[in-house]
Amino acid sequence: MAPVAASLDVRADFPLLGRGFAYLDSAATSQKPEQVIGAIDSYYRCSNANIHRGVYALAQEATDLFEGARERIAAFVGSEPATTIFTRNATEAINLVAYAWGAAHLEAGDEVLLTHMEHHSNIVPWQLLCQRQGATLRYLHVSDDGRLSLDELDEVLAGGRVKMVATAHVSNVLGTINPVAEIAARARAAGATSLIDGSQAVPQMPINVSEIGADFYVWTGHKALGPTGIGVLHGRRELLESMPPFLGGGDMIATVGFDSSTWNELPWKFEAGTSPIAEGVGLGVAIDYLAAIGMDAVRAHERDLTGYALERLAEIDILRPFGPTDLDHRGGVVSFEVEGIHPHDIAELCDREGVCIRAGHHCAQPLMREMGVPATARASFHVYNSREDVDRLVDALQKARKVFEL
Amino acid sequence: MDDFYRDYILDHYKNPRNFGTLEPHDLEHHDVNPLCGDELGVHLIVDEQGTITGLRFHGQGCAISQASASIASEELIGMKADAAAALGADWMIELLGIDISPTRRKCALLSLKVMRGATTGDASWPQ
Repeated sequence: MAPVAASLDVRADFPLLGRGFAYLDSAATSQKPEQVIGAIDSYYRCSNANIHRGVYALAQEATDLFEGARERIAAFVGSEPATTIFTRNATEAINLVAYAWGAAHLEAGDEVLLTHMEHHSNIVPWQLLCQRQGATLRYLHVSDDGRLSLDELDEVLAGGRVKMVATAHVSNVLGTINPVAEIAARARAAGATSLIDGSQAVPQMPINVSEIGADFYVWTGHKALGPTGIGVLHGRRELLESMPPFLGGGDMIATVGFDSSTWNELPWKFEAGTSPIAEGVGLGVAIDYLAAIGMDAVRAHERDLTGYALERLAEIDILRPFGPTDLDHRGGVVSFEVEGIHPHDIAELCDREGVCIRAGHHCAQPLMREMGVPATARASFHVYNSREDVDRLVDALQKARKVFEL
Repeated sequence: MDDFYRDYILDHYKNPRNFGTLEPHDLEHHDVNPLCGDELGVHLIVDEQGTITGLRFHGQGCAISQASASIASEELIGMKADAAAALGADWMIELLGIDISPTRRKCALLSLKVMRGATTGDASWPQ
């Protein structure tokens, strides 16, 4: 079936794209719309004060902007403000869980179960935790078409030692959309806690973390049209309440004595120090922007571009794409290799044509080893991309082929 | 002809000289460019006078890292090991003969880094 023409036409909202790039690296970070840039500018020009402290009206205004953003962000993904914790990024959110949950719940002999398609951010915090606790890391395999096996998950869970199952919602390399509600349910049934890394999912598809039912769901703002420096952790209330704090400092306490302190209520118990206020405000506006488009429309746009890209890339006979071929199970990411041209050289030659793609291991070295490649080239899409961007990529690849005399 | 991917760069990339392994060998080192995952190893044979009489690089990487290893290998065989250990980044960049942008500098220098690791045990990036 030929893909339906992508319908969104919002490129003009993104000032940077005025430079003329075919920006195809949104899986690394998205560009920002004028609305988000303007909100951050306006916050510093008109509303800047420290939050949760001042008695003056300006401080309350800043607090309202920040907490209002939290409320809208929580609602955007079907969560509650009290269980929506701001972190620096998704990596910090995973580290928060690995420290605060892990120290209290993981013992020697226990297992943490990951998958071979994880980003380093969802591997290394668990390696460090397992080393501290004397626990063991295990991994689910990825099939040749980039999918996980629920049967293998059941087999590993049946061993009875898994205490944490952590996986990406959408793979940043393969684009695979994992069945995270199924994974969370099976983990729960086996007595294990679950964490889903939604960094690649929240920006491009409708997400309801309550329906997914994982114990923890993390994502990052800068891939979702928001600024850098802000990530989000959604957690199950009972778990968050029972966990000790992660970082200590101001704002996360109720009372401080010389020898001990008591903790602030959720979500602030996990937000030590002055928060990234402008970043929170900016992310709130980014979410408003996405919500105004509608996440069903965003998903349809990503799907159409991915289908169109796979179709056009198939014209290059020495190119091999990775990941699921079924668009129902695939987000807006296409990793590929070109026989005879290393991904670095592909990216360099694309850059000459104003086409920005990623080359390398995509912070997923274990997956690269499983795939049997040192690196891949990767094109990824967002709301501002069009079929023309894909056409420019294909033209650049044809030129690269000529340079390499292939 | 392309100014960057010149004929001789592509020739060395597609037909690398002195590639493979040497068994037995006297010195070896294996290293990676953590930014991109490119990897390169070297096996060296050094005679009693300290001269490099055998050298093989092995690994995988982009045209620049592979061509730089291949081009360097032709210069390094016959050189004294301590002289090879003292070579700096400029030597490698001049030998390559193309403009290397900051983002590709480590690609160009990986082979020299590996050589330093094998000859001195210090595998820091050449300056």
